[in-house]
Amino acid sequence: MVTLGDYLIVSGILFAIGFAGVMLRRNIIIILMALELMLNAANLSLVAFSRFHVDSSGAPNYNAQVFVFFIITVAAAEVAVGLAIVVALFRLRRTTHVDDITTLRF
Amino acid sequence: MSAFLFWVFALMMLIFGAAVIINRNPVASALSLVVSFLALAALFISLDAYFVGIIQVLVYAGAIMVLFLFIIMLLDLRAEELRKINWIASAGGVVVAFALIVQIFSVVGSFQVARQPFPPLARSTSDDVHRIGLLLFGNYNLPFQIIGIVILVATIGVVMLSRRESR
Repeated sequence: MVTLGDYLIVSGILFAIGFAGVMLRRNIIIILMALELMLNAANLSLVAFSRFHVDSSGAPNYNAQVFVFFIITVAAAEVAVGLAIVVALFRLRRTTHVDDITTLRF
Repeated sequence: MSAFLFWVFALMMLIFGAAVIINRNPVASALSLVVSFLALAALFISLDAYFVGIIQVLVYAGAIMVLFLFIIMLLDLRAEELRKINWIASAGGVVVAFALIVQIFSVVGSFQVARQPFPPLARSTSDDVHRIGLLLFGNYNLPFQIIGIVILVATIGVVMLSRRESR
Protein backbone atom coordinates (compact mmCIF):
# COMPACT_ATOMS: atom_id res chain seq x y z
CA MET A 1 0.00 0.00 0.00
CA VAL A 2 1.41 3.39 -0.96
CA THR A 3 1.42 5.86 1.93
CA LEU A 4 1.83 9.61 2.15
CA GLY A 5 5.40 9.06 3.37
CA ASP A 6 6.37 7.31 0.11
CA TYR A 7 5.30 10.33 -1.93
CA LEU A 8 7.09 12.69 0.46
CA ILE A 9 10.33 10.69 0.26
CA VAL A 10 10.19 10.50 -3.54
CA SER A 11 9.57 14.23 -3.68
CA GLY A 12 12.45 14.85 -1.26
CA ILE A 13 14.85 12.76 -3.35
CA LEU A 14 13.79 14.65 -6.49
CA PHE A 15 14.44 17.94 -4.67
CA ALA A 16 17.89 16.70 -3.60
CA ILE A 17 18.68 15.73 -7.22
CA GLY A 18 17.72 19.21 -8.38
CA PHE A 19 19.76 20.77 -5.58
CA ALA A 20 22.81 18.67 -6.46
CA GLY A 21 22.36 19.77 -10.08
CA VAL A 22 22.44 23.44 -9.11
CA MET A 23 25.54 22.86 -6.99
CA LEU A 24 27.47 20.62 -9.39
CA ARG A 25 26.73 21.81 -12.91
CA ARG A 26 28.35 24.91 -14.36
CA ASN A 27 26.15 25.35 -17.41
CA ILE A 28 23.41 27.96 -16.84
CA ILE A 29 20.84 26.08 -18.93
CA ILE A 30 21.36 22.86 -16.92
CA ILE A 31 21.10 24.91 -13.71
CA LEU A 32 17.73 26.25 -14.89
CA MET A 33 16.57 22.66 -15.60
CA ALA A 34 17.64 21.60 -12.10
CA LEU A 35 15.64 24.53 -10.69
CA GLU A 36 12.59 23.18 -12.54
CA LEU A 37 13.18 19.77 -10.92
CA MET A 38 13.13 21.39 -7.47
CA LEU A 39 9.91 23.29 -8.20
CA ASN A 40 8.29 20.07 -9.38
CA ALA A 41 9.37 18.23 -6.24
CA ALA A 42 7.51 20.87 -4.21
CA ASN A 43 4.47 20.41 -6.48
CA LEU A 44 4.49 16.64 -5.91
CA SER A 45 4.41 16.98 -2.13
CA LEU A 46 1.66 19.62 -2.36
CA VAL A 47 -0.53 17.34 -4.47
CA ALA A 48 0.17 14.39 -2.13
CA PHE A 49 -0.97 16.46 0.87
CA SER A 50 -4.00 17.63 -1.12
CA ARG A 51 -5.04 14.00 -1.74
CA PHE A 52 -4.32 13.04 1.87
CA HIS A 53 -6.50 15.80 3.35
CA VAL A 54 -9.97 14.59 2.36
CA ASP A 55 -12.67 16.99 3.59
CA SER A 56 -16.13 16.13 4.97
CA SER A 57 -17.74 15.93 1.52
CA GLY A 58 -15.17 13.30 0.51
CA ALA A 59 -13.24 15.49 -1.97
CA PRO A 60 -9.48 16.20 -1.82
CA ASN A 61 -8.38 19.65 -0.65
CA TYR A 62 -8.33 21.66 -3.86
CA ASN A 63 -6.57 24.66 -2.31
CA ALA A 64 -3.23 22.87 -2.73
CA GLN A 65 -3.98 22.18 -6.39
CA VAL A 66 -4.74 25.86 -6.97
CA PHE A 67 -1.38 26.60 -5.36
CA VAL A 68 0.31 24.12 -7.72
CA PHE A 69 -1.37 25.91 -10.63
CA PHE A 70 0.16 29.20 -9.45
CA ILE A 71 3.59 27.60 -9.00
CA ILE A 72 3.50 26.22 -12.54
CA THR A 73 2.54 29.64 -13.91
CA VAL A 74 5.31 31.43 -12.03
CA ALA A 75 7.82 28.74 -13.08
CA ALA A 76 6.87 29.26 -16.73
CA ALA A 77 7.42 33.02 -16.40
CA GLU A 78 10.69 32.44 -14.58
CA VAL A 79 12.03 30.09 -17.26
CA ALA A 80 11.10 32.52 -20.03
CA VAL A 81 12.89 35.44 -18.35
CA GLY A 82 15.85 33.26 -17.33
CA LEU A 83 16.40 31.94 -20.84
CA ALA A 84 16.08 35.46 -22.28
CA ILE A 85 18.84 36.56 -19.89
CA VAL A 86 20.95 33.58 -21.00
CA VAL A 87 20.50 34.57 -24.65
CA ALA A 88 21.43 38.20 -23.91
CA LEU A 89 24.47 37.01 -21.95
CA PHE A 90 25.52 34.64 -24.74
CA ARG A 91 25.43 37.50 -27.25
CA LEU A 92 27.72 39.52 -25.01
CA ARG A 93 30.17 36.87 -23.80
CA ARG A 94 29.77 33.83 -26.11
CA THR A 95 29.50 31.49 -23.12
CA THR A 96 26.92 29.79 -20.90
CA HIS A 97 29.49 28.64 -18.37
CA VAL A 98 29.05 30.29 -14.96
CA ASP A 99 32.79 30.26 -14.21
CA ASP A 100 33.36 32.61 -17.18
CA ILE A 101 30.92 35.21 -15.85
CA THR A 102 32.57 36.73 -12.81
CA THR A 103 31.89 40.45 -13.16
CA LEU A 104 29.89 40.55 -9.93
CA ARG A 105 32.26 38.31 -8.00
CA PHE A 106 33.43 39.94 -4.77
CA MET B 1 -3.92 3.48 -6.85
CA SER B 2 -1.64 0.63 -7.69
CA ALA B 3 1.56 0.37 -5.66
CA PHE B 4 3.39 -1.24 -8.59
CA LEU B 5 2.60 1.65 -10.94
CA PHE B 6 3.57 4.16 -8.26
CA TRP B 7 7.04 2.65 -7.90
CA VAL B 8 7.51 2.29 -11.67
CA PHE B 9 6.73 5.95 -12.30
CA ALA B 10 8.59 7.18 -9.20
CA LEU B 11 11.75 5.30 -10.22
CA MET B 12 11.39 6.53 -13.81
CA MET B 13 11.06 10.11 -12.58
CA LEU B 14 14.10 9.84 -10.29
CA ILE B 15 16.33 8.02 -12.80
CA PHE B 16 15.62 10.48 -15.60
CA GLY B 17 15.87 13.36 -13.13
CA ALA B 18 19.36 12.16 -12.23
CA ALA B 19 20.12 11.77 -15.95
CA VAL B 20 19.37 15.50 -16.39
CA ILE B 21 22.29 16.46 -14.20
CA ILE B 22 24.61 13.61 -15.28
CA ASN B 23 24.43 14.03 -19.06
CA ARG B 24 27.05 16.33 -20.54
CA ASN B 25 25.05 17.00 -23.68
CA PRO B 26 22.38 19.70 -23.05
CA VAL B 27 19.96 18.16 -25.59
CA ALA B 28 20.10 14.78 -23.79
CA SER B 29 19.49 16.60 -20.50
CA ALA B 30 16.44 18.37 -21.90
CA LEU B 31 14.98 15.13 -23.29
CA SER B 32 15.55 13.37 -19.93
CA LEU B 33 13.73 16.24 -18.27
CA VAL B 34 10.72 15.66 -20.57
CA VAL B 35 10.55 11.97 -19.55
CA SER B 36 10.93 12.92 -15.88
CA PHE B 37 8.04 15.41 -16.16
CA LEU B 38 5.83 12.88 -17.94
CA ALA B 39 6.41 10.37 -15.12
CA LEU B 40 5.63 13.13 -12.62
CA ALA B 41 2.35 13.81 -14.47
CA ALA B 42 1.53 10.10 -14.09
CA LEU B 43 2.16 10.41 -10.33
CA PHE B 44 -0.21 13.40 -10.19
CA ILE B 45 -2.88 11.33 -11.94
CA SER B 46 -2.26 8.48 -9.44
CA LEU B 47 -3.14 11.06 -6.75
CA ASP B 48 -6.50 11.75 -8.50
CA ALA B 49 -5.31 15.22 -9.56
CA TYR B 50 -6.27 15.01 -13.23
CA PHE B 51 -6.22 18.75 -13.92
CA VAL B 52 -2.74 19.24 -12.46
CA GLY B 53 -1.47 16.17 -14.32
CA ILE B 54 -2.74 17.47 -17.65
CA ILE B 55 -1.39 20.98 -16.97
CA GLN B 56 1.96 19.34 -16.17
CA VAL B 57 2.05 17.64 -19.57
CA LEU B 58 0.84 20.71 -21.48
CA VAL B 59 2.90 23.41 -19.78
CA TYR B 60 6.07 21.61 -18.71
CA ALA B 61 6.53 18.73 -21.14
CA GLY B 62 5.06 20.89 -23.90
CA ALA B 63 5.78 24.59 -23.65
CA ILE B 64 8.71 24.89 -21.25
CA MET B 65 10.69 22.03 -22.77
CA VAL B 66 10.19 23.37 -26.28
CA LEU B 67 11.57 26.68 -24.98
CA PHE B 68 14.64 24.93 -23.52
CA LEU B 69 15.29 22.95 -26.71
CA PHE B 70 14.78 26.07 -28.82
CA ILE B 71 17.34 28.02 -26.78
CA ILE B 72 19.83 25.12 -26.91
CA MET B 73 19.38 25.04 -30.68
CA LEU B 74 19.68 28.84 -30.96
CA LEU B 75 22.90 28.98 -28.95
CA ASP B 76 24.27 25.93 -30.80
CA LEU B 77 25.58 24.32 -27.60
CA ARG B 78 27.70 21.24 -28.02
CA ALA B 79 28.48 18.70 -25.36
CA GLU B 80 30.60 20.48 -22.82
CA GLU B 81 34.29 19.87 -23.09
CA LEU B 82 35.77 18.44 -19.92
CA ARG B 83 37.00 21.29 -17.84
CA LYS B 84 39.04 21.02 -14.74
CA ILE B 85 36.49 20.08 -12.08
CA ASN B 86 36.54 21.97 -8.81
CA TRP B 87 36.55 18.89 -6.59
CA ILE B 88 36.00 20.72 -3.31
CA ALA B 89 32.87 22.47 -4.61
CA SER B 90 31.55 19.23 -6.18
CA ALA B 91 32.13 17.24 -2.99
CA GLY B 92 30.42 19.97 -1.01
CA GLY B 93 27.39 19.83 -3.30
CA VAL B 94 27.11 16.04 -3.04
CA VAL B 95 27.53 16.11 0.76
CA VAL B 96 24.83 18.78 1.19
CA ALA B 97 22.44 16.90 -1.12
CA PHE B 98 23.01 13.66 0.82
CA ALA B 99 22.50 15.48 4.12
CA LEU B 100 19.20 16.76 2.72
CA ILE B 101 18.09 13.23 1.77
CA VAL B 102 19.06 11.84 5.19
CA GLN B 103 17.19 14.65 6.89
CA ILE B 104 14.07 14.08 4.78
CA PHE B 105 14.17 10.34 5.57
CA SER B 106 14.46 11.02 9.30
CA VAL B 107 11.67 13.64 9.31
CA VAL B 108 9.27 11.53 7.23
CA GLY B 109 10.21 8.43 9.29
CA SER B 110 9.27 10.13 12.54
CA PHE B 111 6.06 11.55 11.04
CA GLN B 112 3.26 9.25 12.31
CA VAL B 113 0.62 10.51 9.85
CA ALA B 114 2.88 9.63 6.91
CA ARG B 115 2.51 5.89 7.61
CA GLN B 116 -1.25 5.91 7.06
CA PRO B 117 -2.58 5.02 3.61
CA PHE B 118 -4.55 7.65 1.70
CA PRO B 119 -8.19 7.91 2.88
CA PRO B 120 -10.74 6.85 0.25
CA LEU B 121 -12.56 9.51 -1.74
CA ALA B 122 -16.37 9.61 -1.46
CA ARG B 123 -16.77 10.50 -5.11
CA SER B 124 -14.81 10.65 -8.33
CA THR B 125 -12.55 13.66 -8.90
CA SER B 126 -13.25 13.76 -12.63
CA ASP B 127 -14.88 17.20 -12.11
CA ASP B 128 -11.78 18.72 -10.53
CA VAL B 129 -11.42 21.29 -13.33
CA HIS B 130 -14.81 22.64 -12.24
CA ARG B 131 -13.82 22.70 -8.55
CA ILE B 132 -10.43 24.33 -9.19
CA GLY B 133 -12.01 26.84 -11.56
CA LEU B 134 -14.56 27.85 -8.89
CA LEU B 135 -11.74 28.33 -6.36
CA LEU B 136 -9.59 30.28 -8.84
CA PHE B 137 -12.34 32.73 -9.80
CA GLY B 138 -13.81 32.88 -6.28
CA ASN B 139 -11.47 32.68 -3.28
CA TYR B 140 -8.29 33.21 -5.30
CA ASN B 141 -9.55 35.87 -7.68
CA LEU B 142 -6.99 38.52 -6.68
CA PRO B 143 -3.95 36.16 -6.86
CA PHE B 144 -5.27 34.94 -10.21
CA GLN B 145 -5.29 38.49 -11.59
CA ILE B 146 -1.86 39.16 -10.11
CA ILE B 147 -0.50 36.07 -11.83
CA GLY B 148 -1.87 37.48 -15.10
CA ILE B 149 0.13 40.67 -14.50
CA VAL B 150 3.21 38.52 -13.73
CA ILE B 151 2.88 36.78 -17.09
CA LEU B 152 2.41 40.13 -18.86
CA VAL B 153 5.48 41.63 -17.17
CA ALA B 154 7.51 38.52 -17.99
CA THR B 155 6.46 38.73 -21.64
CA ILE B 156 7.45 42.40 -21.89
CA GLY B 157 10.70 41.68 -20.06
CA VAL B 158 11.60 38.85 -22.42
CA VAL B 159 10.94 41.05 -25.46
CA MET B 160 13.06 43.84 -24.00
CA LEU B 161 15.91 41.49 -23.05
CA SER B 162 16.11 39.69 -26.35
CA ARG B 163 15.84 42.78 -28.55
CA ARG B 164 19.05 43.57 -30.33
CA GLU B 165 20.27 46.98 -29.25
CA SER B 166 20.21 49.52 -32.03
CA ARG B 167 22.78 52.22 -31.65
